[in-house]
Amino acid sequence: MALRLQALSKSYGGKTVIDALSLEATSGDIVTVFGPSGGGKTVLLRLIAGIEVPESGQVLIDGTDMTYATPDARGIGMAFQNYALFPHMSAYDNVASALTPRKLGESEIRSRVNHIVRLLKIDHVMGHKPRELSNGQKQRTALARALVGAPKILLLDDPLRNVDAKLRYEMRLELPVLLRKFGSTVLYVTQDYKEAMAIGNRIAVLIAGRIVQVATPSEIYDRPATVEVARLFGDPGINLFDVTPDTDGRVAIANAQLSIGAEFASAAGVPCVLGIRPDAITVSQTANGATFPVDVVAETPLNDRSVLLLRTADGKEVLAALPASAAGTTPIGAAHAAFASASALMFDRASGLSIARGARP
Amino acid sequence: MATPRDPGMDHTSTLEKVLRGVALTAIAVFFMFPIFWILLMSLQTNETILRIPPSIVFEPTLSNYTALISGKLTSAAGTLDIAFMHNLWNSILLSTLSVLLALLLGVPAAYAFARFKFRLGEFIAFTLLSFRFAPPLLVLLPLSLIFQYLGLADTYIGLIWVYQLIALPLILWIVRGYFEDISPDIEHAYRIAGHSWLNTFLRIAVPLARPGIAAAGLLAFIFCWNNFIFALILASADKQPVTVGALAFVTASGIQYGQIAAAIVLSVTPTLLLALYAQRYLVEGLSMGAVKG
Repeated sequence: MALRLQALSKSYGGKTVIDALSLEATSGDIVTVFGPSGGGKTVLLRLIAGIEVPESGQVLIDGTDMTYATPDARGIGMAFQNYALFPHMSAYDNVASALTPRKLGESEIRSRVNHIVRLLKIDHVMGHKPRELSNGQKQRTALARALVGAPKILLLDDPLRNVDAKLRYEMRLELPVLLRKFGSTVLYVTQDYKEAMAIGNRIAVLIAGRIVQVATPSEIYDRPATVEVARLFGDPGINLFDVTPDTDGRVAIANAQLSIGAEFASAAGVPCVLGIRPDAITVSQTANGATFPVDVVAETPLNDRSVLLLRTADGKEVLAALPASAAGTTPIGAAHAAFASASALMFDRASGLSIARGARP
Repeated sequence: MATPRDPGMDHTSTLEKVLRGVALTAIAVFFMFPIFWILLMSLQTNETILRIPPSIVFEPTLSNYTALISGKLTSAAGTLDIAFMHNLWNSILLSTLSVLLALLLGVPAAYAFARFKFRLGEFIAFTLLSFRFAPPLLVLLPLSLIFQYLGLADTYIGLIWVYQLIALPLILWIVRGYFEDISPDIEHAYRIAGHSWLNTFLRIAVPLARPGIAAAGLLAFIFCWNNFIFALILASADKQPVTVGALAFVTASGIQYGQIAAAIVLSVTPTLLLALYAQRYLVEGLSMGAVKG
């Protein structure tokens, strides 16, 4: 195991920021650490880097206990959110600084630096000081500095946060390819769920100092472990209904009794939260046993889809996402909505935990 | 963001320009006049200085400077040996070594106070600063007794030690502020790149705080240079700096204004040159755009 965190805990002034957190990553794994701000993502990276020391728990790198090792002894690379370039050194010296402690020859250092900066397309600015670089170039220089030593563990703290939208989209495509080339184990912190899904093999969802779920991007989206995780992924966000399934596998939404299939019959009588992704909701003008009445309030284009804002008779707002080809086909006013029961997610209302199909809560 | 300019700001009226010029000239004259007058005095003999009414028309002479440099003070009462050049040398020696020692001790200490939280840290830092508040005379009497006892009285080492009361708190507190302004992440990044703590201090923290270190060093140098009371009490003539040495011009046969003026010009020159040289470090900005603010 390239990186193993065991029951790490860290608090500041009595406030627990990292709470008995455990995580494992194999060599070459790219794990995106995603969660709301203040969830402890940056602190987690700092504990691994050795900038902070945990109150309890262990940081194992390649099986060696590095919990209390100094940052220079850990063989890691890290790119900071604010770049943290050395302002008095040229971009070249910034990148080379990760190699100079290794007693390599001048020409060896030069060739390694040149290789990485050419990959990142910043070879033309190597003579410049950081203040003369654009934000995108600063970010790439910081990335080059983190990568050039081919570290076992690479920590990237929201590296795309301060770059403009166009560059961010470019980098989202480029980064996974680049990172795979180096074979490092990557922990990539981000606050953007799309970035988390685009870059990571796996996503670790970090909420309030705890890892709530570690899974592949599609698993996280399709089978979120908690209602909170379901809420964090998806744009537009998931629709949540407070329901209590009956023994026939039916739930009441807006005075309509809708079947959600027999799989959730086990949850009968338990207060639950039903989650329906907006793209699983369809709107039509005809009512049947599987629809509930809604008012179509507004329609907005979003990315490649068209989003309808619906309101049920009891005042609840529901979002439906239609393919762009269906944009403008739904008249504003009274209509009927339905959802595919196969895509329904069910959570225990008290604990927020997911209820698997066919299982008891 | 392009802000629309206030049209009134673009066209400063001629009257405003003239008034501004006059005001600036008045201020410059007010502050520069004493220096200018001393420069004139240094080029005159005591007789022309003391004539009434004073005049700026005179025959310039370098006799004051030659007297100082040769160490022979010629007055109405005869020739007197003065050690002005030796005093000047003492000033340079004492101030330079004091500031170097204070930098050697103060810069690492400032870094420690800026970066690490430790028991009694703030208390120690404030105690060091409080030495600047206490009137020097308060400590001088016991200090002179202690120095006698330790054999430090009338030694350069003793004076340099006491001068730390002036230089060390100044350097500690100014440089500490500059260290605190450096993003800790810059240093973390260097550590993670594989460098030791000491190299991070020497290659990252110190170069980035250089403008602050230069400013603090210069200020400390000037404060040491201008100090009078420590050397007056704790040292004898051959260890004393110019500030104390200037007392020699108050002779039994009167005050040698011309020589005092020349002595002032000579004693101001080193600090002036140092200030001019250090100016480029002083104005060099600290934030160099590495950390997005």
